[in-house]
Amino acid sequence: MAQQRFRLEVVTPQRLLVSDEVDEITAPGIEGEFGVLPGHTPFLTALGVGELMYRIGGEEHFLALRHGFAEVQHEKVTVLAEEAEFPSEIDLSRAEAEKAEAEAELQRLSHESREYAEAQAKLERAVNRIQVASRHLR
Amino acid sequence: MANLKDIRNRIASVRSTQQITKAMKMVSAAKFRRAEEAILQNRPYSDKMLEVLSSLALRTEEEAHPLLERRDPRRVCLIVFTSDRGLCGSFNASVLRSAERFLREKGAEYEAVPLYLVGKKAVDYFRRRDAEIIGQKTELFGKVTYGEAQTIARDVIERYTNREIDLVYMVYNEFRSALSQQVVFDRLLPVEPMPVDPETSTTEYIYEPSEEYMLNWVLPRYVEVRMFRALLESTASEHGARMTAMDSATNNATEMIARLTLKYNRARQEAITTELMDIVNGVEAMR
Repeated sequence: MAQQRFRLEVVTPQRLLVSDEVDEITAPGIEGEFGVLPGHTPFLTALGVGELMYRIGGEEHFLALRHGFAEVQHEKVTVLAEEAEFPSEIDLSRAEAEKAEAEAELQRLSHESREYAEAQAKLERAVNRIQVASRHLR
Repeated sequence: MANLKDIRNRIASVRSTQQITKAMKMVSAAKFRRAEEAILQNRPYSDKMLEVLSSLALRTEEEAHPLLERRDPRRVCLIVFTSDRGLCGSFNASVLRSAERFLREKGAEYEAVPLYLVGKKAVDYFRRRDAEIIGQKTELFGKVTYGEAQTIARDVIERYTNREIDLVYMVYNEFRSALSQQVVFDRLLPVEPMPVDPETSTTEYIYEPSEEYMLNWVLPRYVEVRMFRALLESTASEHGARMTAMDSATNNATEMIARLTLKYNRARQEAITTELMDIVNGVEAMR
């Protein structure tokens, strides 16, 4: 299969997670999920909370992602994430605990406060981690 | 004549100190390697960030974002990075000296130079002096996390946008190699984009949702990353400095033990000679 591939790099402030030739990716853009195939038009987009998928041949890999941005160039996609983890790295029970904690905070706090937004973000993150981890844990 | 027992005790004490310095050196070496690794891991992220930021800034006006805007500097904030612990050679002293010199020489040019202190050593040093301290952060050098850097950065950004401070410098030990560190002054705010040659910045992007949105998103993150980077550099330097300091302490101890052993043997010899003389004299007298 002589298909053209492109380079994907996923970096966070703490480490370089992925540096590989891939066939396809889908990423959680802030305005909705988007897919990239080789030869995509260059663009720069903010990323939300969600799941990043990249495919090498027939193999699909996943990452739980939280905020950042992606720079798409013709031969290269760079994802700068504030936080990114492989499903195997996620501690499910801890994520569940965080989710419960965030839910409790949401119950307690008033809707306008700054903490409310923070708790919401926390909940979103926990839910995403749980989803990604439980879906792809082999 | 020095007492034999005293010298013996002294040798034992130096030896046990040497064991401690040797262990500390080893621990620092391990921590240093980890800190160095963290810098290398962070580099792709911060480099890319600066690149994207610069190409964004190139397309927008300077006034597009408060973090880019230059103001007449009246209150200049100095962020001083030291360690929590001592025994690391001139690591803290050189940062504190640079900060002190800045206060003395440039202090008069501005209305005030409030300090933001990182590390116990800076807090201890400036608390006793006449300085305005607007923030401090201690006990974090065990392990530097991005979250810590974020907390400090957000605090500083908030003060900057509230116009509480007009210019922010960081002063820290930049890591050169295991053996050498250098104190650097780095401007944190306003953010200075890298000059980009419009010819070479090849790709015209489509920005999604918009350039403004991206700039708003990237700028504070960039400040956080710079903060994180300074913390990492400072940590690596600290461990490097401690490693070197402990290495020379260990060597000095070896030298000292050799000197003391020589002294001990000499004293012992002298005691034997004296005793011998006594016996000989005694025998002579009895004849």
